[in-house]
Amino acid sequence: MLNRAHGRSPWLLAPALLVGSYQSLAEEVERWKYNMPEGVTPVSQNIHGLHMEMFWWCVGIGVVVFSIMLFSMIFHRKSRGVKPAHFHESTTLEIIWTVIPVVILILMAIPATKSLINLYDTSEADMDVLITGYQWRWKYDYVDEDLSFFSSLSTPREQIEGLAPKGPHYLLEVDEPLVVPINKKIRFLITANDVIHAWWVPALGVKKDAIPGFIKESWTIINEPGVYRGQCAELCGRDHGFMPIVVDARTEEDYRAWLQEKQAAAAAIRELTSKTFTFDELYARGEEVYNRSCAACHQVNGEGIPGTFPSLKGVGVAVGPIDHHIDVVVNGVKGTAMQAFGPQLSEVDIAAVVTYERNAWGNNMGDMTQPIDIYNHKQGN
Amino acid sequence: MAHGPAKGIARWLYTTNHKDIGSMYLWFSFAMFLLGGVFALVIRAELFQPGLQIVDPNFFNQMTTMHGLVMVFGAVMPAFVGLANWMVPMMIGAPDMALPRMNNWSFWILPFAFAMLTSTLFMEGGAPNFGWTFYAPLSTTYAPPSVTFFIFAIHIMGASSIMGAINIIATILNMRAPGMTLMKMPLFVWTWLITAYLLIAVMPVLAGVVTMMLMDIHFGTSFFNAAGGGDPVLFQHIFWFFGHPEVYIMILPAFGIVSAIIPTFSRKPLFGYASMVYATASIAFLSFIVWAHHMFTVGMPLAGELFFMYATMLIAVPTGVKVFNWTATMFKGSLTFETPMLFSIAFVILFTIGGFSGLMLAIAPADFQYHDTYFVVAHFHYVLVPGAIFSITAAVYYWLPKWSGRMYSEVMGKTHFWLAFIGLNVTFFPMHFSGLAGMPRRIPDYHMMFADWNMISSIGAFLFGGAQVLFLYIVISTIVSGRKATDKVWENPEGLEWTVPSPAPYHTFSTPPEVK
Ligand code: HEC
Ligand SMILES: [Cu+2]
Repeated sequence: MLNRAHGRSPWLLAPALLVGSYQSLAEEVERWKYNMPEGVTPVSQNIHGLHMEMFWWCVGIGVVVFSIMLFSMIFHRKSRGVKPAHFHESTTLEIIWTVIPVVILILMAIPATKSLINLYDTSEADMDVLITGYQWRWKYDYVDEDLSFFSSLSTPREQIEGLAPKGPHYLLEVDEPLVVPINKKIRFLITANDVIHAWWVPALGVKKDAIPGFIKESWTIINEPGVYRGQCAELCGRDHGFMPIVVDARTEEDYRAWLQEKQAAAAAIRELTSKTFTFDELYARGEEVYNRSCAACHQVNGEGIPGTFPSLKGVGVAVGPIDHHIDVVVNGVKGTAMQAFGPQLSEVDIAAVVTYERNAWGNNMGDMTQPIDIYNHKQGN
Repeated sequence: MAHGPAKGIARWLYTTNHKDIGSMYLWFSFAMFLLGGVFALVIRAELFQPGLQIVDPNFFNQMTTMHGLVMVFGAVMPAFVGLANWMVPMMIGAPDMALPRMNNWSFWILPFAFAMLTSTLFMEGGAPNFGWTFYAPLSTTYAPPSVTFFIFAIHIMGASSIMGAINIIATILNMRAPGMTLMKMPLFVWTWLITAYLLIAVMPVLAGVVTMMLMDIHFGTSFFNAAGGGDPVLFQHIFWFFGHPEVYIMILPAFGIVSAIIPTFSRKPLFGYASMVYATASIAFLSFIVWAHHMFTVGMPLAGELFFMYATMLIAVPTGVKVFNWTATMFKGSLTFETPMLFSIAFVILFTIGGFSGLMLAIAPADFQYHDTYFVVAHFHYVLVPGAIFSITAAVYYWLPKWSGRMYSEVMGKTHFWLAFIGLNVTFFPMHFSGLAGMPRRIPDYHMMFADWNMISSIGAFLFGGAQVLFLYIVISTIVSGRKATDKVWENPEGLEWTVPSPAPYHTFSTPPEVK
């Protein structure tokens, strides 16, 4: 039912109602997401409870006030020949409708305060994950496990541009989800590398701003295994709408197995650094890296966006000395959107993307660089 | 002393007449309203379906930014200043504003500010694309070059607002007719007096924050840059110290307007005049100590979080008092439903709904789920569109016969009302749902689970936009060919403005009236 290339027309609801078949109606209601999810953590369930409580208070007050207004609008019309009354003041009434709301507010504030105190208790965590927002992807650092990786949108461009049908998790899917164990208190340490982002997963009830230069804390305990999806919630530039979050909660065992696999893969990448690649290998890998990490700004065709992101095609650094090119990619350009990719990409990937940029789009510089050169550059050699 | 207006363009360029300047403010505001509306329709067109179809995400961000800036600073604020110009002197029995030359100046710098802001759309790198809240460092280190022009435009708008506010305060405090004591002033005058103080208090703060941005961008300071010892959250504190009172700047005069209209068409005096004044003053006071409720997710200390939550909840009390007073005014009245009354009743109901979602947003733990979603977008559009825009529209219908001497067509007015009312609800009500379901604001593309609500919102938005074109037509046709209005216009309206002929002569109250 989510497999639609386009949003189904809302007018389809009407026939569903007319046919009156209970089943299709129930399906429709299910399809129209209209409320906050209860979620899968004690915190999200608690927030959902508060939300519903507030909602019913508001409905109650609304019903009273709007009924009185409606009553006047129906029965106190001039067209019914009603003569207006003349009262225009009552201190008693004013006091009553000041005091009653205050009492209601106190009733609302008590559970909210309790909930907030609980939310702020980040002590005694079983594990820490450092989350860093980048334009426009997330980096996850398993602080005690010597493991870190980036997590970027994996929805193909064709789906976004309407050239292919949209998948079931359109815009809410990533190449590398954050995998965590269930029933463990996980502390999130949240920060950013460039602008402010916000890490938000509704089903966990966690939303925290990721602020460059500062680390903010939040936590969660997930009750059920499952895949939970969220999005960046603070405007962070062009691709703000395209930096989803996927949390994959697994049993302790499955989590351990995954961890080992990841650590082995990371070791293999380190191995690759000392290997020598052919031009074609680098070029092919570079194209992939470029489209994933660079094309958002410099564009797939290398022409950038005039005034904001420079063109790499036939001008500037990409057709200049190779050392400077490596330096720009590894260390970035301070004070601009061009970040330092040295800490973000592996040596292999940087060598590949530099090689690609120097030879793609008709640049044809004919030169290349090896992972070991990048390693040496990073070491300051 | 009594003489008519100058002829030709000079009349408008050099005028110091409060009625001329009021009209210019209102026309300018309407032009900005249409421009900001076009920006909004670009947004809604892109969001009609999932996928990117019409604009590039960067341009989408420019649209959300420009829509917000133009509506807040170009449409709503100048409209209220225009109404103040027209009505405050007439309501307090003054011949003109206290500082007429400054009045001319505070209007005439506005078109330059907005010409500059709009021109950024054509600059290399595009217009500001960091949201109308322009959080640093997205608006500093990462901003397009046009940000400098944006800063300059904000400075000019701020100067205009401050001058307007000084003028209004000087007028109200010094130029009331004999016998017009403070507690006899119409509520519109009261609410504007308080609004003007808010403006003087917070516009300099806005000027300060954009100047700090300018320094960070061009002169190597690090106010908002952690690497240099600054703090991006500092920006948000300063911005919202301006921004929250700003929200009340856009709604207090609206309270004054409906407090004039509801009694007229209920044929019954306003209930609880004094409590209305005190409630307005309390709201103004509270508006200074709640700013961080826009920042519940930045990770403030628990004590701060609790303080701002409680203070924000408290605002519900004086706001509730106002709603109860309007309801009590209608109760046992003798009601008729002319266009201004329809807009005012819709104001009370829909503004209250916006107040409810505001109360929900005040609950900090729940705000962790609501923050920066379409639920917030629904909330502030429910307080601003039926709040500010409907009240301004009601005011135009209510006083247009006095300004122009001609009556609008009631059938047309009511058609406009129903189109706008339906359009507004169809546009903004579904946003509560898409927000709760998890759609973040300011995104150009979204998952299919939000598709249905977005399509409905987009249809509503075009309906609402169309209704405003009808409004333009109604106003013009009234001025050109409406039937003659009587001096009193309505059955038994209260206030000095109804004691002068329709249309109001170029100079009114050259000799002060006697107020009993
Ligand atoms: C967030 C946007 C962004 C991303 C992502 C990005 N860049 Fe850049 N890049 C920039 C900007 C902005 C500049 C211009 C910096 C300046 O002002 O000198 C730049 C400059 C460059 C230059 C120098 C261009 C010149 O001729 O001056 C190179 C080379 C480059 N980037 C390569 C890359 C590579 C390789 C990647 C991916 C690994 C990448 N960029 C990703 C924004 C980006
Ligand atoms: Cu982001």
